[in-house]
Amino acid sequence: MIRIVDLYKSFKSQKVLDGVNLEIEDGKTTVIIGRSGGGKSVLLKHIIGLMKPDSGQILVDDVDIAKLDDRSLNEVRKKFGMLFQEGALFDSMNVAENVGFSLREHTKMKEEEIRVAVAEKLKAVGLTGIEEKMPSELSGGMRKRVALARAIAINPQIVLFDEPTTGLDPIMLEAINQLIIHTQKNFNLTCIVISHDVESIFKVGHKIAMLYDGKIIEYGTPEEIKKSPNPVLQQFLTGSIEGPIHIM
Amino acid sequence: MKRVSETLDNLGRSVLSGVEQMGGILILLISTLGWMFRPPLKLRAIIKQMEFVGVKSTFVVVLTGTFTGMVLALQSYHGFRLFSAEGLVGSTVALSMTRELGPVLTGLMVTARAGSAMAAELGTMRVTEQIDALYVMAANPIKYLVVPRIVASVFVVPLLTAISDFLGILGGYFVGVVLLDINKGIFVDNIYKYVELEDIYNGLIKAAFFGLLLSLIGCYKGFNTRGGAEGVGMATTEAVVIASVSILVADYFLTAIMF
Ligand SMILES: Nc1ncnc2c1ncn2[C@@H]1O[C@H](COP(=O)(O)OP(=O)(O)O)[C@@H](O)[C@H]1O
Ligand SMILES: [Mg+2]
Repeated sequence: MIRIVDLYKSFKSQKVLDGVNLEIEDGKTTVIIGRSGGGKSVLLKHIIGLMKPDSGQILVDDVDIAKLDDRSLNEVRKKFGMLFQEGALFDSMNVAENVGFSLREHTKMKEEEIRVAVAEKLKAVGLTGIEEKMPSELSGGMRKRVALARAIAINPQIVLFDEPTTGLDPIMLEAINQLIIHTQKNFNLTCIVISHDVESIFKVGHKIAMLYDGKIIEYGTPEEIKKSPNPVLQQFLTGSIEGPIHIM
Repeated sequence: MKRVSETLDNLGRSVLSGVEQMGGILILLISTLGWMFRPPLKLRAIIKQMEFVGVKSTFVVVLTGTFTGMVLALQSYHGFRLFSAEGLVGSTVALSMTRELGPVLTGLMVTARAGSAMAAELGTMRVTEQIDALYVMAANPIKYLVVPRIVASVFVVPLLTAISDFLGILGGYFVGVVLLDINKGIFVDNIYKYVELEDIYNGLIKAAFFGLLLSLIGCYKGFNTRGGAEGVGMATTEAVVIASVSILVADYFLTAIMF
């Protein structure tokens, strides 16, 4: 289980996280919503130890990863997969090398076994026969699929998604949503998804948390969130200009 | 008064950022050394980078080496002729090339070709989150990206310098002996007489040091890129400028120590 306790983070004078408290349930999908530039990616990067907090704890299975040295942190990271906003596939490697990267680095699997595992993970995200392609030859949707295949290659327990659907056309957006739902179920993953897209939030999330002003201001099931009287949340969900959220 | 304080303010800021960068580069060097000897050795990555640095830079190094040797011969011929010492042209060219111009020009050319490419590649990887992805997959980017580039540069720049030295002397020979009719025997004898083996390998040690500088600075700038494509462009330019200046400054001190 992941528990975030009193997390604070500033860049120079800019406060980004101002006391975040959040519990992520195992085997469920938690969606984090919030405005662009509101600190969602920063929060995600803390969860996987890419950033160190100014103060506070990030407990992964009761271990505070903010206090770990590099070696122990690397061990914890093997529980995680992450899908970056633009995929972050390695330009210099083809699809098979990208997906097989962790297997080659962290397991003793033979090349043949890796080849089979890569094909299997690609199939799980709906792709076949593109092993030899380079990332630059793929469309945006395909890059995200390959990135997801790479993220789940070493069978992590937890997968983080940073805006998986931003910048996709409506059909591809739906396809990626379905993919997240199925992958979560099939591999019984704990997923944390950052999203702006109001429809996707309710489809994908078992739990929804809203990050606003550096804090989690609402947390609950999709039904609870829909019914919440919180004006900030309602303004976000309806995309209204009028309300407590200042525009610029 | 206000202008004075503003100027001081700006001066303070640039000094601070300079010191910060030097600290950052030093830290990168230390962690590179730390990761370099930790198994597994990324031999394939190192060879790939050697090939990259070599292939990118050989052609320009061949051209600059040859023409520098040629122009040195031409210039020194006109000088030495005034007191009938044309025979010294060969040794002058050879000494200048091996001690100074071979390593420095090669260092600068490799900076322009490969150092800039290192900053651009790592910078792109940084802004597209590929470096974060490496961390997430429990693979240290210093080990994967920085160590191979630095090791490769430290080996390849001296090799390229040796090529440059040789072609420079050959170019000098062509201009001096073939075009300007200096006696061939005297030209070659003077080279043997005045150029010590030490001149050559001190030059190569310099070159290795320049290789370290240019790759370290290229990687540092790339690794710390911020702000999209524009940031990558800036990182690349700064890497070339800082590495070139560092090479020239370091050259003075290395020369003072060595010769
Ligand atoms: N490494 C960093 N250095 C300085 N500022 C940063 C850094 N990363 C993020 N920020 C700032 O933190 C704020 C939140 O960013 P981010 O988490 O990316 O927002 P989003 O919610 O859109 O993902 C932004 O204003 C951004 O400029
Ligand atoms: Mg973001």
